[in-house]
Amino acid sequence: MSKYRHVGTEAQRPEGADKLAGTARYIHDITVAGMLHGAIKFSEHAHARIVHIDTSRARALSGVRSVITADDVPEVRYGFMRDNLVLKKGKVRQFRDEVAAVAAIDPDIAREAVDLIEVEYEPLPSVFTPEEALAEGAVLIHETDAAGRPRTSNVVPLPCRHASGDLDAAKERTAHVVEGTYTVPRIQQAALGTSGCIAEFDRNGNLTITTKTQIPFLAQRDFNSILAALGLEGRNVRVVVPAVGGAFGTGLDTHAYEYISILLAWTTGKPVRILYDREQEFAYLSPRQSASMFIRQGCDAEGRFTFREVDVVQDNGAYTSWGATYPNVMLVAATSLYRVPAVRFDSRIVYTNNTYCQAMRGYGNPEITWPIESSLDDLAAAAGIDPYEMRLLNSNQPGDVTPMGLKLATCGLTECLDRTAARIDWKEARGPERRTARGVGMASLINVGGGGKIYASDGSGIILKLDDFGHVNVAYGGVEMGQGLHSALTLMVAEALGVEPENVHINETDTATSPWDVGTHASRGAFMAGNAAVMACEKLRARIFEHAEKVYPAEVERNLARLRDRGEDVSPAGFDYTSVTRDRFDLQGGRLFVVDAPDEPWLQIDLGRFLRAVHFTKEGGVGTIFTEEAFYEPPTELPDWDRGIGNMSASYTFGVQGVEVEVDVDTGEVRILRLVAVTDVGRVLSPQALRGQMYGGIAQGVGYALYEEIKTEEGRILNAGFTDYKMPSAADLDFPIELEFVETDDPYGPFGAKGAGEPGIVATAPAVGNAIFDAIGVRILDLPITPEKIIRALREKETAVAGAGGG
Amino acid sequence: MREEVAFRLNGHDVAVEVDVHRTLLDVLRDVLGEMGTKEGCGEGECGACTVLVDDAAVVSCLYPVCEADGTSVTTVEGLFEPGGELSPVQTAYLEFGGTQCGFCTPGMIMASVALLAENPDPSEEEIRYALTGNLCRCTGYVQIVESVRAAAELMMERPA
Repeated sequence: MSKYRHVGTEAQRPEGADKLAGTARYIHDITVAGMLHGAIKFSEHAHARIVHIDTSRARALSGVRSVITADDVPEVRYGFMRDNLVLKKGKVRQFRDEVAAVAAIDPDIAREAVDLIEVEYEPLPSVFTPEEALAEGAVLIHETDAAGRPRTSNVVPLPCRHASGDLDAAKERTAHVVEGTYTVPRIQQAALGTSGCIAEFDRNGNLTITTKTQIPFLAQRDFNSILAALGLEGRNVRVVVPAVGGAFGTGLDTHAYEYISILLAWTTGKPVRILYDREQEFAYLSPRQSASMFIRQGCDAEGRFTFREVDVVQDNGAYTSWGATYPNVMLVAATSLYRVPAVRFDSRIVYTNNTYCQAMRGYGNPEITWPIESSLDDLAAAAGIDPYEMRLLNSNQPGDVTPMGLKLATCGLTECLDRTAARIDWKEARGPERRTARGVGMASLINVGGGGKIYASDGSGIILKLDDFGHVNVAYGGVEMGQGLHSALTLMVAEALGVEPENVHINETDTATSPWDVGTHASRGAFMAGNAAVMACEKLRARIFEHAEKVYPAEVERNLARLRDRGEDVSPAGFDYTSVTRDRFDLQGGRLFVVDAPDEPWLQIDLGRFLRAVHFTKEGGVGTIFTEEAFYEPPTELPDWDRGIGNMSASYTFGVQGVEVEVDVDTGEVRILRLVAVTDVGRVLSPQALRGQMYGGIAQGVGYALYEEIKTEEGRILNAGFTDYKMPSAADLDFPIELEFVETDDPYGPFGAKGAGEPGIVATAPAVGNAIFDAIGVRILDLPITPEKIIRALREKETAVAGAGGG
Repeated sequence: MREEVAFRLNGHDVAVEVDVHRTLLDVLRDVLGEMGTKEGCGEGECGACTVLVDDAAVVSCLYPVCEADGTSVTTVEGLFEPGGELSPVQTAYLEFGGTQCGFCTPGMIMASVALLAENPDPSEEEIRYALTGNLCRCTGYVQIVESVRAAAELMMERPA
């Protein structure tokens, strides 16, 4: 039996009923009195000089309240490298560049006005691949950096590299080597709820912005810069986060549309809402980064890794988001997935005239795991070793300190491998009895599970406030976006404080009331919130028990009096309730009691009654309220990116996915027959939410493996909608997905739990690729693995075999 | 051109004078203030805006409002009595984790209700097929399919 009353139980999602009843309020559902509607004029070129913008017809349209271009408002720089202007000046560098904006009394008028804005451009040469952008004499996308210093190349100055071990010596010990260049495409996060915000100023110049974000506090910092530009330096920015219709990384940066809403709200003196529709979400938000990754790895005669070399080239698009720091996270798997004694990692992020990209679930990890795990199977084949055995042989172990300096307090990789192999019938499925064109593959993963430090603080605050009726209001700065943060946090607060989950209420995330949090990403939400909650609950319990010493005797007497009134004969003899000391109290299920006599009803005090007694009786100390705060900063290091060393997470989540596929060799179609995912999550907090994270991540992983790709032509997105962008439907995922969880009880995790929001997507593509390799003997290096690529690879293989036979 | 359109909405009569080119979704949300029904794509591909018109599931983002004249329209708000319990389908989604971010949920629920009205005991395959027009990015559909199966069992035990 579990030692926990609430943690690990099959609880329902606290905000679920409102979502099911249609009463949850998303940004699309919120209107503010007097609100205007904003719309944006986007670039019509991938790279062009802006010669002239004529807004006269838009301004003359009835119902238009404001039209702005870069000439009308102060210059506002934003973006991770501050290389982006909210409204573009001088030139555009991508099709989605914002050149003008309108506020009008209704959305149709706003759109009509945008169409009336005429922009004259002088097209410039463009580059659409990193190769073109790096070529000698390539056009510079940014002539200067944010500080105005001249730039000489299209490389984004964000070095991230690593070298450990003696690579030359390792190569000498190497018996087998494989190498290859793997690519991953741009894909859409495709949250069902599109982006949007409402910005409004009060008469004192303080800003409130209600917006779909994952980083309310970093957004607050970002928006301070626009207030400064408007001459409002030092005024307050309040960021409110409504119900979020999925985010998957799109909310990790502030966006031009948010700044534009703010500018329009300022120029009009009215609240301004901007909402993106689906086409805009595809074309004008930021997709997941594409990348090209060269990998070379070797092993000795027994199959032990000797070295690994990785070179990443990432297409940044025209501006820089937090997603440009993908390589920081790629380092984790590149250096630390399996025991590899010598590692070299290098990365280059390159500006192009493609749409600028940003983060998505996994943040570089699905990208880097694709070459590592695919090439592992090639290496196993070269060495004549079963790839599962090779993974076992090289598996990380608890207590390991990896070449990056990651400290693996717990590590269930070996168990995940064994359980996956058992579940997927590894030996039998790969054995001689197998059916034609069927195969199994597996892939492992390591993911940050205790935050991922890439900012000065990776911490989270929490405030717990008890009211007079035994309810706990939780103010937390993280964002519930569907992942189940509130499910897990509710259970953890209930567990750590000793109340029932239905008495735990998590406030809307609001920078005015929630304490600072770096943002909800990197699988960190529940881990951070839980650790902070445990700290705050301990403080609350200590204060409750301290005050209990004073009010408890009188409350027990009230219990006794009430029972006697009912004619019940209660004898308090044998238990001295008048001088119970604080260390003898406990609180569970919202009832205060004494540990020495936990089952006596007359010795139990309802928490609400206790709290009222403390408020309203002399003994309790009139005026006392029970509010506690805590700030949890994980024991991690901000890595030195030039060396690629630093223990960036407090805990590391491991997992393995196994897949069985059947390939139609005539059509190239891949059918997944079943998928197994075994994940070391430390401890299961909310089983329902955790399963949801795994299934959802795996579904995205299947899309990444087989279908999804943003298609572009000279920088223009061709499939900006669900009609032409293939995302898995219920019928596409018609195979069983079996989940298992390994509980390694991590010492840094709340109740032993590690973060689990991202792992689902990380290992799916290489597991599918390895299963295809097992089934038909061809290796596809470029995601997605489409039927066309399979047919082409099969033909090439036939030609090669025929050629070899003929020679 | 404006025209009066009258229909029953969640059991109440409504009459609105609207531009005949507007969609049912626009009128539900922007005119009648029923915000439960969501717009996920506006082109009939994602199913987030699914509602019932005379018990048939339609994507309201493509459905001209004038076509709703004289019909009975049910949205996710109409599946339960105010202050009362949620419908069996909603209850099952809550219990089996069929909602995450919740944005596809109202449409998914309405498609599930339409399916169960037509086929009270659907197989997993039938459920997956029936929900093909409803995209979800969060769940991978597993817990949605489980929820619909559970709702079917619940409704067969306790016929309405």
